[in-house]
Amino acid sequence: MVILVFVESAEGKIKNTSMEAVAYAHAMGGDVTAIALGAVEKVELESLGKYGAKKVLHAADEKLNQDIIQVYAAVLEQALQAEGADTLVLANSSLGTPVAARVATKIGASLASNVVELPDTSSGFVVKQSIYTGKAFALVSLKNQKKVIAIRKNAVGIKDVGSPAQITPFTASLADADFATKIISTEKATGEVLLPEADIVVSGGRGMKGPEHWGILEDLAKALNAATGCSKPVSDLGWRPHHEHVGQTGVKVAPQLYIAVGISGAIQHLAGVNSSKYIVVINKDPEAPFFKAADYGIVGDAFEIIPKLTEAIKAAK
Amino acid sequence: MKILVCISHVPDTTSKINFADNNTKFDINGVQFIIGPYDDYALARAIELKETTGATVTVLNVGLSDTEPTLRKALAIGADDAVRINAEPLDSYFVAFQIADYSKSIGYDVILMGRESIDYNGGVVHSIVGELLGIPSVSPVMKLDIDGNKAKLAREIEGGKEFIEVNLPFVAGCQEPIAEWKIPNMRGIMSARTKPLTVVEPKPVDSGVALQRFELPPPKGSVRMIKADNVPELVNLLKNEAKIL
Repeated sequence: MVILVFVESAEGKIKNTSMEAVAYAHAMGGDVTAIALGAVEKVELESLGKYGAKKVLHAADEKLNQDIIQVYAAVLEQALQAEGADTLVLANSSLGTPVAARVATKIGASLASNVVELPDTSSGFVVKQSIYTGKAFALVSLKNQKKVIAIRKNAVGIKDVGSPAQITPFTASLADADFATKIISTEKATGEVLLPEADIVVSGGRGMKGPEHWGILEDLAKALNAATGCSKPVSDLGWRPHHEHVGQTGVKVAPQLYIAVGISGAIQHLAGVNSSKYIVVINKDPEAPFFKAADYGIVGDAFEIIPKLTEAIKAAK
Repeated sequence: MKILVCISHVPDTTSKINFADNNTKFDINGVQFIIGPYDDYALARAIELKETTGATVTVLNVGLSDTEPTLRKALAIGADDAVRINAEPLDSYFVAFQIADYSKSIGYDVILMGRESIDYNGGVVHSIVGELLGIPSVSPVMKLDIDGNKAKLAREIEGGKEFIEVNLPFVAGCQEPIAEWKIPNMRGIMSARTKPLTVVEPKPVDSGVALQRFELPPPKGSVRMIKADNVPELVNLLKNEAKIL
């Protein structure tokens, strides 16, 4: 069985979530072929072998430097056919999920997104999907021979299992019609840890009292190599950009550690963080509902606690 | 211009989730149903476009008759007519297939919906509809302007946004801040009662997936409180107990 894995990159580097998609396909027990589109560093591509890719395809056509959903779906369909692969695995993302949907529709595959662990193949092929914004799971049988699986962060974790792989160029035929959506420009934070990719997230709420106080959270995030997030009121007030809003109608995160500072813990916010492995809540109100969802809590003034926490973390390293 | 807005009928965001029938059915006891929050953004933007361009707005739901109050609410917000495809929305492909099949018979210029429903969270229906109709799909869209035959959109990506141009027709999965949610006024509620609501029978289709059962996550253990004057203890616990740092 050949499994194709679509790997995403940012600024030439493979995304962590895509490395995990390779590890997931390897753990499924097939021959894993990874494919990257557009400009990616060679050593990054080779490194996919370490996570279990036997073969790495690189479609380096410069027309693929822009990640247009239809174009990517068309290239992946061709790669599946060329490799004789029945299954496509990728990471859930703003690009991966729509691409998964279009590929599955093209090839008539059973489709599952938000998959949180390896499939159960003891009877058929059953995947576990996160539903109700992390409040429940659905066990769903994928009946077709062809399958497209989009996994959530921390579905299997990343393990080193192999050695660097050879890169094979892949040439796809690109149809003009697929370029109907034109990307005019992109606005992107650079050099930051991306929220959906981060193992640790430091989030601030209205208790931070204003955007001018974010510096102490950014210092803490830097000490932890974490991404920064925020609650919905904070992004609604324009204190932080919308892509940092964590919650029901914002980004859903699944980090190892989520640190919430000055966030009361409305149910809509909890919906975005309930897949976190550990939750730390720092709030001056001992009645804040977030404490009920936390593993560790501190009641107190964030402006005193956060700098101390940053120091203690630096000291512990 | 004809705009189709597809809405989901989902439990309120504050609902406690329980299952019935041996964990094979959602337990609707005590649950309030609403227009999916993301779909509500799509609807709000469609109504704004109706006001500025004179477009017509049709609202569609795939669901059984219990979803009609949700469709009526969308009519009260300002949609011109409603369509209910009379079937349980079993999975993403099934729902997308019904939407694509119905919209083919009318020929919509713009198809809007939420980036995902908040029950199954698949985030794929818009893309499947686009693929089935052979037209572009863009998601998640946080800004949408239409000028003649051309649309300008902003799509949220990890760490930022992408500005996109696309010709009509297209499908978009929407999210905030594309528009402010609209609350129906009394005139809207009154007029919604007499606006047309058409019921269409679904087409059979095999989507290749079958639900086995639902599961709830294990209950959360109790929180461990640390004194505000003992911050290093938190670091110690994260390092030695949680084994994170």
